[in-house]
This record gives sequence, C-alpha cells and structure tokens, in this order.
Amino acid sequence: MAITETAHAQDSSAAPVLEVRGLKTHFFTHGGAVKAVDGVDLQVRAGEILGLVGESGSGKSITGFSIIGLIDPPGRIVEGNIRYLGEELVGAGEQRLRALRGKQVAMIFQDPMMTLNPVLRVDTQMVEAIQAHERCSDAAARARARDALARVGIPSPQERLLAYPHQLSGGMRQRVAIAIAMLNRPRLIIADEPTTALDVTIQAQILYEVQKLCRETGTALIWITHDLAVVSGLADSISVMYAGRVVESGRTASVVQDPAHPYTRGLIDSIPTRATHGTQLRQIPGMTPSLLHLPQGCAFRPRCAHATDACLQVPQVSQRHDGGTLRCWNPLA
Amino acid sequence: MNGARMNTASNTATPPLVRLRGIEKRFVQPVDLAGRIANLLGARNRERVVHAVDGVDLDIQAGEVIGVVGESGCGKSTLGRIVAGINPPSDGEVRYQDQDVTGMNGKQRRAFELGVQMIFQNPMASLNPRMRVLDIIGEAPVVHGMVPAAQKAAYVGDLMRQVGLDPEYAQRYPHQFSGGQRQRIGIARALALKPRLIVCDEAVAALDVSIQAQVLNLFAALRREHDLTYLFISHNLGVVGHISDRVVIMYLGRIVESAPTDLIFSRPNHPYTEALLAELPQLDARQRAYQPIKGELPSPLAPPSGCTFHPRCPYAMPRCSVEVPALKTLADGHTSACHRNDMAPEPSLNRPPP
Repeated sequence: MAITETAHAQDSSAAPVLEVRGLKTHFFTHGGAVKAVDGVDLQVRAGEILGLVGESGSGKSITGFSIIGLIDPPGRIVEGNIRYLGEELVGAGEQRLRALRGKQVAMIFQDPMMTLNPVLRVDTQMVEAIQAHERCSDAAARARARDALARVGIPSPQERLLAYPHQLSGGMRQRVAIAIAMLNRPRLIIADEPTTALDVTIQAQILYEVQKLCRETGTALIWITHDLAVVSGLADSISVMYAGRVVESGRTASVVQDPAHPYTRGLIDSIPTRATHGTQLRQIPGMTPSLLHLPQGCAFRPRCAHATDACLQVPQVSQRHDGGTLRCWNPLA
Repeated sequence: MNGARMNTASNTATPPLVRLRGIEKRFVQPVDLAGRIANLLGARNRERVVHAVDGVDLDIQAGEVIGVVGESGCGKSTLGRIVAGINPPSDGEVRYQDQDVTGMNGKQRRAFELGVQMIFQNPMASLNPRMRVLDIIGEAPVVHGMVPAAQKAAYVGDLMRQVGLDPEYAQRYPHQFSGGQRQRIGIARALALKPRLIVCDEAVAALDVSIQAQVLNLFAALRREHDLTYLFISHNLGVVGHISDRVVIMYLGRIVESAPTDLIFSRPNHPYTEALLAELPQLDARQRAYQPIKGELPSPLAPPSGCTFHPRCPYAMPRCSVEVPALKTLADGHTSACHRNDMAPEPSLNRPPP
C-alpha cells in the first residue's frame, strides 16, 4: 500500500512506473531453448501509453506475461530486471506477485471469452476482484463494480451486472474485462491485443475509453498489438519487436514518420490503404523465422534488403538521433 | 485495373458475371419441444427469425473486384456464401452468366459451381488436417475430370509455384505450414478449378501485416494472370480500399451504400460509411482523439424499424424510424440508402458538418 501512496504523490514526469532492462525469457523445450524474449528494454511513465508492436512470434506477448509473472515452465526469466516503481519483480515471491496482480498491475487479454468465467455472473467476478485485495462490504463492492462498468461505456450497468458473459456481445465482454482491470485503479495495465478480435466501430469505442482512462487516472498502459496503425493514433511511444528483441523504439511521431530500422519501414509499407490502391504493396520477403532456428546475428538479416556482413553480429543498441533506440548496423537514412 | 473499372461504368452491353436480385436469407430457429408444450399451456413462444440478408441487389461484372464491408453480423459472409452457392437464398434470384441458378441444367450448374470458388478466413479450419496438400489442391480437378489423375502431381506443383509455395512440400499436411502458407494452400485449392469468380471471405484477416501484404500482392498478381473476378469480403476498409474497384457497405443485412472505391473514400454519402471511415485506424504520427459511433450493432433478431441505422445515426429524423430508405442512384455507379438524399439537391457535396 505504501508504494501506491508514494506513487500518487509523484509527478508523472518522475521515475517510470515500469522499467524493464535486458529481459530474457527462454523456453527450454525438447527441441532446444526457445529465446522468446532475448534482451528487451522498456519503460513506461504514469499516464503514458506504450505501444509494443510485433508480428506473431516476436515475443511481444511473452514480454507482457513476464512482467506480470505469468511464465510457466518450461519457460523461465533467465536474465534481466523488471522494476515496478523501483521494486524488482524478477524473483519476487508468488505471494508478492499475487498482491500486485489485479491490484496494481492488471492485464487485459485478447479473448475475453477465455478470461471471464463463463459460469459466474459479471457481478460475482467483479466483486471477487475487489474483495481479493481489500476489505469491502458486498454493497460497496457492487457499487464500485457498477461505476466501473459505466466508466467503460456499458449502457445500463446495473442490469449488466446480473448477466453471464455469454449474454454479452464480444465488444461488451471486452469492456467488462477492461472494467475489471480498472477496478482497483492499477498503476499499470498490460493490454495484449485487446481489440484484435473486435469490429472497427467497437475498437474505436475501446480506444476512446482507454485513452480517456489513462489521461484521467494517470494509469500507465502497455498496448501490445500487431497493428501499427491502431497504436500510432493511441500511443505516446512505440517499441517494435522482432524475434525477441526490440529493434526500434522512440516517440510515436518519430518512429512512424522517420523509421530507421528496415523492419519498421517494411511494416509501415505493408499496411494496405486506399492510397496504395492499384499498386503493389512493398512487402517484406520471406517470413518470421522459427525461434528455434534463429539466423546468426541480426534475426532480420535474411529478409533485409540492406544486410551486409556486419549483420552477422548481433547489432548493439544505439541511440536514434531523436532519443529513441535502435538495433541495426545499417540504419536507413 | 482501370480497364475493369471502365467496364463497371459502362456495363449495359455485357450481362454481369453474377447478378443478385432481391436476395434474402432467413435463418429460422423453430420452437423446441419444451416451447411447444409451454405454448399449449398458453405461453407465446414464437420461432426466432434472423434476417441475415434482407433484399440485396448486386451485379458483379467480369474482371472487377468488389469489396464488401460491414461489421460482424451484417450478413456479408452469408451473402458471400450465397454467391458461392454454398447456401441457397430464402428468396430472390441468383443469375450466373445470365442464367438463373435454380433453373440450370446439370452442365450449367456444374459450370456455376466450379466457376465460383471460395477462400475462407481460417485456413486451419477450412483445410482437412488429415489430407496432404497434394490431395487438398488436386482432388477436385481430378474428380471433375479437368486433369487426368496421372498428371495430378505436376498440376498441383504448378499451382503451388504460382501461389509461392515450394512444390517439394506437396506431401506435407496443413499443420506443417505457417498461417500465411496455409492461406496460400487455400488460394491454390480455389485456383485449381479454374474459377471465374473467387469469393474471399476475410481471407487476410488472420494474417500478420507483412504476410497480409504478401497475400494481397498475390491476389493482385493472380487476378492479372487468370483474369479473375473477386468478391472481397472484409471488415478492414484499408484492405478493401487497397484491392477493390468498387466498395459495397452493408449494415444489418442491407446494402446501404455502393460506389467506386475512390468515391466512397472521398465523398461518402451514407452516415454509416462516414462513421466507418472516421474510425479507420490510420498510420498517423499525431495522437488522435477517438470518437466512436454511439451505441451497439443492434441484434439482427430484433432490428430497428425503418432505417436500421437510425438509433446510431447523428442525423436521424422522425421519418428514419418509420420508413425504410431505398437505394437511390446519386451519380454514375454511386448508390446510397439514406432519406437525407431526398432533401438536399447535391447531398454528397453540401452536407452540414457533423
């Protein structure tokens, strides 16, 4: 509790809510060690939205799971630090993590049908989430649950409290999941592809609500997605992941307007729009490598048009001219 | 692609490849036994009817790419399945090459069924996991006598090359491929029957951005080589804007607007199209304030009266909740179903700011 209090007192420009340094999460399978996350640095400040962008298999979800301590064997965090408000979470006890999860650090998953309990009513699940962390009367907890539903834009929240998840539409379910994540006013939310399965109109509603919540409550948010277009309008800063590493990061405007890594450039060029009508999209050749058989050096090398012999070495993290970071030997001008 | 668009503009000469007139599709859930017993005791259980497609007219010209856009539950997939002949319509007429599908003889029917193929959203669910790629792609052309069984391997190998797969993998099973490769197998399977029209139902929705770009480029290349026509169903206006010559917007089973791609993006007429375009996530360096359409997609079990969009429409008038607006032609190839078009002389130009 003490940590929360001090955090509230702190200004948003002060120390980051979350700081990840050199995180390596590997999975030790029969086929060999899968380096799902292999040296990731991130940081998010209060009220800030970080977009973590990558394709399937890039390790973006595993990074999220590592932060919240949800890595199960054969996976293990082998190296690195995860500091939440200065507190080291790597190696923290299960009891401490339990106290943090859902209270100070919350997660929203892609498919709400998998994360909401199908046999419990919405109110049961929400009241439980409150009472797991503090002493609170049933009536007060229900009132808070109702307010949380109203805040994420659910019409007639009082009635929805009595519904089972299957009685709600997909967008409504995801909003319930977001309301549950917001219940205890967490300092940090990790959202893993929360709008990928939803329609554009519902996605816009959720983006709108998330944006509002972060601004109003000062919650830090990590938005994990494969869609650069969604995150470009939402996030303050962007980190692009490829094969377990952050290849480029920085303020959203500079990464989107002036990408220095060939992969970021390729991702941007791959987005189909009305403007590309009738032309060929500039596609990235090949496909994402298997994490079991990563190419030597820079993992993007076999697909990269700018690759040279230097790329046989793993690129070190360098500074972008505008303060972001980059992992590339031959950055684009 | 320009040729195809001109073809659409002056379509009077040749009949369209596929013509839909007044297509309706109702899915009926009958009252179950318990309900019927309850009815005997005075309850009023009725059968539940979903009007998935409600009076759709659409002409698909040979060589054009039509994008069908709408939210989930708007009936776009059902429409695709009707065009592909998988589901028969409850009402209305499907004409293929100027022949009514229901009145076809065996030979014509076969030409229709082979000539219209479908590519599905989830390749893992639409490829038989126990069949080898060789058989998945090669079975149908052999069965239909298009290819002698002895030449199946060569025929399949050629198709695999065309869609960018290594023919060496012909003996593999679907689970041994990545998502993008599986979608290519689905494309090769559709191509194997030398179709005229391919219905692509969210064919790139499940793919990563970089793979999606590859598959979209493949669609464009195959279209040039094989003179294909696509009915491209998607919820993603970016994808549709990229690939289509003409865009059809559906809402709750009805077409609300249809226009050439350029026109629908530059001068949308229907408020729903406007709202969809406003919410299209775009690569943008600036943070934007998202302004969602209010309300939810209504349940198709109980659609609103009149114009089904009126509860969410910022311009709704009393008339909208009473009268169903008809699709009216605004300009060459641009139709829209909105009552506001009856009021202003130049509705698509002089509109009040939202």
